[in-house]
Amino acid sequence: MIANAGQFLLFLAKLFSNREKFRVYAQLILDECVLIGVDSIFIVVIISTFIGGVTAIQTAHSLTSPFVPLYIIGVICRDMTVLELAPTFTGVILAGKIGSSIAGNIGTMRITEQIDALEVMGINSASYLVLPKIIAGMIMFPLLTVVAGFLSLYGGFLASVLTGILKSDEYIYGIRYQFESENVLFALLKALIFGFLITSISAYQGYITKGGSLEVGKASTNAVTNSCIAVLIADYVVAQLLMS
Amino acid sequence: MIEIAHISKSFKGNQVLIDISATFEKGKTNLIIGASGTGKSVLLKNIVGLMQPDAGTIQYDGRIFNEGEAENVKSIRREMGMLFQGSALFDSKNVEDNIKFPLDLLTKTSDEEKLDRVNLCLHRVGLENVNKLFPSELSGGMKKRVGIARAIVLNPKYLFCDEPNSGLDPQTSIRIDNLIKEITDEYNTTTVIVTHDMNSVMEIGERIVFLYKGRKLWEGDNKTIIHSNVEELDNFIFANKLMRDLKGGMK
Repeated sequence: MIANAGQFLLFLAKLFSNREKFRVYAQLILDECVLIGVDSIFIVVIISTFIGGVTAIQTAHSLTSPFVPLYIIGVICRDMTVLELAPTFTGVILAGKIGSSIAGNIGTMRITEQIDALEVMGINSASYLVLPKIIAGMIMFPLLTVVAGFLSLYGGFLASVLTGILKSDEYIYGIRYQFESENVLFALLKALIFGFLITSISAYQGYITKGGSLEVGKASTNAVTNSCIAVLIADYVVAQLLMS
Repeated sequence: MIEIAHISKSFKGNQVLIDISATFEKGKTNLIIGASGTGKSVLLKNIVGLMQPDAGTIQYDGRIFNEGEAENVKSIRREMGMLFQGSALFDSKNVEDNIKFPLDLLTKTSDEEKLDRVNLCLHRVGLENVNKLFPSELSGGMKKRVGIARAIVLNPKYLFCDEPNSGLDPQTSIRIDNLIKEITDEYNTTTVIVTHDMNSVMEIGERIVFLYKGRKLWEGDNKTIIHSNVEELDNFIFANKLMRDLKGGMK
């Protein structure tokens, strides 16, 4: 465990030693932004909209006291979405989608000697392959989190209004009630950290792959498992640090 | 010229290379031969820097490679071209982009010059009109040719080939061998080839190093190899019936 953590840190250090000129990375970062961001929008849209709807319905179901005003459903939806569901749920979803893709891609390059080919050309393979993914992840995860947040709140709105739980103006009043804008910054900071963790852990798992196609599959599984664990631990640590 | 001296390498206590010294000459096809598991590929990986030897030195034209500074190592690496066993073409790039890749990253030539160079290299390895094909659309022999084209695109001083004939039919193997030999003569490269293919040994083995259980047992060329008095080398060369018959005929 400690040895693995040490190797992971050495791997991160390798990304910045003897790297290529920045112009080499510019196009790669754009390509990765498309792969990580644009290609993930569909799943983020679907999941966040439904999660928002489910949150609203379940909150309404739990609020049975007549002394609690209905707009509180909107308040709870907003705080859950902004502080937790949008960044963390998006992180866990993308750990599965992006993490397995990165580990599989780099793992296959490793076992088919494509990484060796880069090294023989005098190119820092870790930096060339991984750094653009990490930078793209740190750019796109916050953007996807913003999209997820909006759609989750909209999903809550749709579910509340269409099922008649509360009126649209009550929901809107709720999501605007005592709104603290720093919470959005917390969410974006979390997303930034999750973006770094998921892309770097997954890339590391792919990069250290040895053997054949079976090991590439294992690397993908490890990437998803380790990324999810890292996201949840980071979520707790960031919440503890920022909320205390 | 590449000189290796007293190279040793072990993995978890298992000694794979034991005190190997050899010289690979410029303008010649230098072969490292031996049965499977004798450490040929490990030796090649040490020579090109994909692995670090536990002991010994590797020198490229007098420049120490394995203990040098990072910038020095990088500059030597940029004088290398390598054909990998599985060709190691980038799956996500087409043939043209695969060959152009080292030019894109390591030179400042214009797009037209790069394209001219790519087409020249493709023509040199006998491939035309394949620029837009992806590696998955190529045959094994074509992949090797594209691999060679990528290896020579920067006019390397040192050319390395890891099992260039593996998975190829005999005719294609001979064509690939001849191509490597022609390129070695044309570019005056120091070419190092790892192989266990006896056709290659007899066809292009201008200088041969024979490895057995991690040790160098013999060094010579394709003219002297069949007259060696090394039993292990004899067993390797005359492992198949055709070669044994040939040996019988010679006697």
